[in-house]
Amino acid sequence: MSKEHDKGMSLIVKVITRLTVGLILLYGIYIVLHGHVSPGGGFAGGVIIALSFVHLFLAYGKDVALKKLPKTAMSFFESMGAILFLSIALLGFTGGYFFLNFISKGEPFRLFSAGIIPLCNIAISLKVGAGLFAIFVVLVLLKFEWEKKE
Amino acid sequence: MIELYVLLIFMIIGAIVAIEMKDLLSSVIAVGAVGLGLSIVLLILKAPDVAITQLVVEILCLIILIRATLKKDLPFSTTGRWLLNSLITTGFIVVFLFVAIKAFKDLPEFGYPIMRVANTYLKEGLVKTGASNLVASVILDFRAYDTLGEATVLFTAVIGVLAIIRRIGRKKKDEVVEEDDE
Repeated sequence: MSKEHDKGMSLIVKVITRLTVGLILLYGIYIVLHGHVSPGGGFAGGVIIALSFVHLFLAYGKDVALKKLPKTAMSFFESMGAILFLSIALLGFTGGYFFLNFISKGEPFRLFSAGIIPLCNIAISLKVGAGLFAIFVVLVLLKFEWEKKE
Repeated sequence: MIELYVLLIFMIIGAIVAIEMKDLLSSVIAVGAVGLGLSIVLLILKAPDVAITQLVVEILCLIILIRATLKKDLPFSTTGRWLLNSLITTGFIVVFLFVAIKAFKDLPEFGYPIMRVANTYLKEGLVKTGASNLVASVILDFRAYDTLGEATVLFTAVIGVLAIIRRIGRKKKDEVVEEDDE
């Protein structure tokens, strides 16, 4: 094994993680994109996306996970999601009022339907996924004052 | 209906176990059992959206609890004014139960809510928003202000946590802080 993979859990956990982490990320994206058709939505899908990175963090250690999603990217995605959500809401003013569903509704039960709802789902998932992973990283790497002295 | 009561009793037992357990890891796992029971209860009550969210958030909370707090030597005090504390707790429980009995008499029967607003959403949701998942049509179209507020709360929480961490990082600028990775 290469040297950068020495950290983290055992080899079994790493192999299983390598097989499953992509599927978890894909499932999160699926939940987000189908939020207006089936149960799920932006928040749940965003948490699943964050969990896939948490999975990587727990199995491979800090460096590998933070190389995939650095701290600057985390804050970028988090702010981007918030701005995207707010700007979708503000774009409703083109037709009249805040949060107006200004895109055509389309045919129900299709993936491309329901106007702004899928876009809002995507924005919320970006925000929630990056934000919760940032909270996790920060809380795990946090050291208290009395622990440093030992 | 019987499986609902079985799950509720299981959750109450899990909560009591979580309080009474001396070992922190067992206590956290008991809290997780309570959360998983709650998600199955929500599935039985036919609310899959909330069940998915509850399950996923529960897993994330458990991971954060186990990974981030369990290994720290948090100060834990068991001594103190336990008699006064128990008396105050009992008093509050009695007051809350009394008020709850008074208040819950006026609520509609379980499972038969007064659906004045929800009726409109159920009838016109598909036509007005085009989303076949009515929960999505409510939280992102009819009640989008609520979602905006929730997003703001989460944003503020993340910024607060990041700000706290940055302060510690600045304080020990010249020192190399070792971070444990397992």
